[in-house]
Order: sequence, then C-alpha cells, then structure tokens
Amino acid sequence: MSASQKAVELADHLARAASEGRGVQPITALDPAITEKEAYDVQLVTIQRKIQEGRRVVGKKIGLTSLAMQKLLGVDQPDYGHLLDDMVVENGGEIPWHRVLQPRVEGEIAFVLKRDLIGPQVTELDVLLATDYVLPALEIVDSRVADWKIALPDTVADNASSGLYVLGGKPVPVDRVDLAQIGMVLYKNGEIANTGVGAAALGSPAACVAWLANKLFEFGIPLKAGEVILSGALSAAVNAAPGDHFRARFAHLGEVSVRFASLK
Amino acid sequence: MDRATAVSLAEWLIRAEVEKREVTRITERYPELTVEDAYQIQEVLVGKKLEQGYRIVGPKMGLTSRAKMKQMNVDEPIYGFIFDYMVVSGGEISFCDLIHPKVEAEIAFVLGRDVEGPGVTGAQVLAATAHVMPALEIIDSRYERFHFTLPDVIADNASSSRVVFGTTLKRPDELELDLVGVTLSINGELKEMGAGAAVLGHPANSVAMLANMLARKGLKLKAGQTILTGGITGAVMLQPGDVVSARLDGLGSVGFLVRA
Repeated sequence: MSASQKAVELADHLARAASEGRGVQPITALDPAITEKEAYDVQLVTIQRKIQEGRRVVGKKIGLTSLAMQKLLGVDQPDYGHLLDDMVVENGGEIPWHRVLQPRVEGEIAFVLKRDLIGPQVTELDVLLATDYVLPALEIVDSRVADWKIALPDTVADNASSGLYVLGGKPVPVDRVDLAQIGMVLYKNGEIANTGVGAAALGSPAACVAWLANKLFEFGIPLKAGEVILSGALSAAVNAAPGDHFRARFAHLGEVSVRFASLK
Repeated sequence: MDRATAVSLAEWLIRAEVEKREVTRITERYPELTVEDAYQIQEVLVGKKLEQGYRIVGPKMGLTSRAKMKQMNVDEPIYGFIFDYMVVSGGEISFCDLIHPKVEAEIAFVLGRDVEGPGVTGAQVLAATAHVMPALEIIDSRYERFHFTLPDVIADNASSSRVVFGTTLKRPDELELDLVGVTLSINGELKEMGAGAAVLGHPANSVAMLANMLARKGLKLKAGQTILTGGITGAVMLQPGDVVSARLDGLGSVGFLVRA
C-alpha cells in the first residue's frame, strides 16, 4: 500500500511539531479541501513510520465522543487514533514536560478485549460480550497543531490528538457494572476539576467501541483481543501545566493518577 | 429590614407563586437587600405557609455546584424549604400550575437522627442518615426570566417548587455517593449528566453544611426530614408534554410527565 504524495507531505508537516517542540499550522490551512478519508491516510503514514522505527500498536483511542466536542467541531461522529507502546505511563507516574506540547487531561474507561471484534455490524452487546475487563484511565490528549486550532481533518491526521495514557484501578468484568452510569471525579492538584459519567461518551462507552470496530472495518483493520481501547472522555478535557497532578476516581473501578514534572 | 417590609415582600412572593406569574426581582426596588434580610423574608414566607396548614418535608440546598457559586459570585450555598404540597405523586406535574419550571437531578437524604451544627461533617451526616434516594427537583423562580441576585433567590425560598422522589431507598453505606453517575434525559434524549461529587465534593457535605448554616439560627435538622442536597446535573427548562427521567447508578431511576 503506497501512500499518496500528499499524505506523506502532510505527515512530514505534522512531524515537524515533535522535532521543533512546538505546534505547527493546521493541515486544513495547507489543504482546505482535505477529506476525512485523506486525513486518516496521513495518520496511517505516521503510524507506519513509527512501526518502522520499532514502535508497536497496542490499542486504539476514540475521540470526539461527546456531543459538546462534536458540536464544537461541527461533526456528527467520533474519530479514532492508534495507541503505541511508548504512549503508556505507569499509574502514579511522572511525565517529563518534553514529552508533551500542549497537554489536556481526560478521564475515560479503557476496554481490554478477550476476542477480536470485526465490523461492519458490531453492536454494543457484541462489545460487552467480547470485553475481558475495563479499567479507569487518564488520557493525556495533545495536539501537534498550534493552539489546538483543529478542524476534524486536523485531529484525524494528528492521530486523533493522542498523547499519552495511564491505566489504573483494578480490572473489572463488564457484568459487574453499568458502564453508562459509572460516575467519575477528576481532580487537578487536589481540587475537583469536573465530574462525569459513562453516558457522556455517545450514551455509553460500549457504544463507542462498537463504533470503532465498525469504523476500522472501512480501513480493513481488525480490533484485536488484548488491545487497549480508550473509549472516550467522560468529562471536558482539563489543561495541564508543569507540576500539575491529576487524579480520577471512578465508581466500582478504582482510581488512576499522574503528575507532570516541574520545569527545573 | 423592618418586619413590615419583610412581611409585605414575603406575601408578594407567595402571591406570585399562587397566581403563577413572574415578578420583578426584589433587589430592583431594594438594591441594598442583604443575605440576612433575604433569610428574614424567607422565614416570614415559610411561617405563612405553615399558618396555611402546609407541612415542611425538609430543607433543600441550592447553589451547591462550583459552577453555580461562581456564576452567582458566592462562596456558600443557600437553603430553602420543601413543603408537602410540593411533593408530586402520580408521576405527573401540570405545566399550567407553574411559571417557567426547570428540572435537575439530585440525591435526597432521609435522616434517622437529628443533626445539629455547628461543626458537623459529612461523615457524621452519613452516620445519621437512614436512607438515600433519587429525586428530581423542579425549580421555578418567581422572578422574571429566572434572573436574580443571591438575596432575591434566598427570599424566594431558593426557587423551590416541586419534587419527585424515586422509590429506590438505599442505606448510605451501600454506595459511594460522590461517585454515583447521574444522567438526566428528556423525551429519551440525554440532556445533562454528572457525578455526586458535583455537589460540594460529596452530597453528604451538603447536608453537613446545611446543618451548620441552620445552627446559626438555632435550628437543627430533624430525624425523619427529607433533605434535597442540590443538583448533580445542570437544570433543564421544561415544556408541556415532556417525559423526564433520571438514572442514578445504584439508586435506580425517577421520572415524571409534564402535562399541559
């Protein structure tokens, strides 16, 4: 599969954000007519490169799962990105500031599958039956686009604004919880930043995973047993600065925390 | 504020409620109205309703979310009183009985023992609580377009109007109340959501703060009272024909119909 020259060039453009340590112009400023499909091509070029550099895909993330975010970007469906092995941060760990550009933190429910899920007709029930367990997670979203000035193709091309993620709590089988009603409290530096509930993600986190399986089918990609799936934010993303500590508590699942290193 | 003015303002607000019409906020005429004045008006209003034969079900807390406190520029919630006539039975309210109602989902506490401030904490409240249950509170400010300042809303019995209680009663030690996920839907569409911690960090903290606020007036929370702790979700405007339902993790659901 050879990527189009355009996809390669746009992937190069986004890669400059990491090498220069600052956000770049949105790709929609360079190519206002770019389609969602072409934007996913850019994402796949970047992921292929990382795999060639030795990275491994360990899961997927689903973005734009809340009505508020979809309205903000003028879209009516989520998007997805790839999780690579170097994106995971230990629960309670510290993130060196050089690993992020303009991070924001969200509390989410992570799924680990025991069976592959292959579209195009995956339902919410299929997801529940194929899930090994769920975990509480913090996702540190980040954008390679300066000041988060993103339209849908910008975030799609940018691996759905993936950054880092933290898994915590304890593995809980899905028959123990009502995923749509799981409450979550997100704390920043010990103060409540916001609260959320499972239903914030498309009505139910499992519905997001079903959407992902069906979306991946369009690209011929299976959702595999053992993969980690970040199913979408339960509350609004909170800006992070050096030295900030984040902690999320989830009903039935436990808690997860992370700290951003202070600048020396 | 002299007693005669407080009485006339309380009567004026009661009339607005009974006649189902909006009135201009009190602070338009009395810009100097203090929080203390406002509670004095509320006290007269509550006294008049008791004289009319209504019974207090329990106090309620308002402005318990950080967002609302910020919006009103206050650092303490407010309280009001729920009366027996406000409790909805039969799962229906009539839109024409109200002015411009809004609904929010909450957790209600039924006390097994008296709780008396000052210095009460959330843990003590939990120990004194017999049951918790889901509730939908219908607030209906008597002021035009729901526009008011802090003293206005206090005088107006904290916009109290109606309440629908769910029938799933739980002991508070069966749940982590700050982590209870809550969704509020209207006509099947998800409108607002949150977790218990949206109320002062934990709904029991709201009851504790209420006990401590009442203590300043020499009052206490009494065994058997049902207390509304404050909206976990944002408030949503109601329309005739709306089917309202809320789900609370571990506490089942509660709902009602808005009749024209």
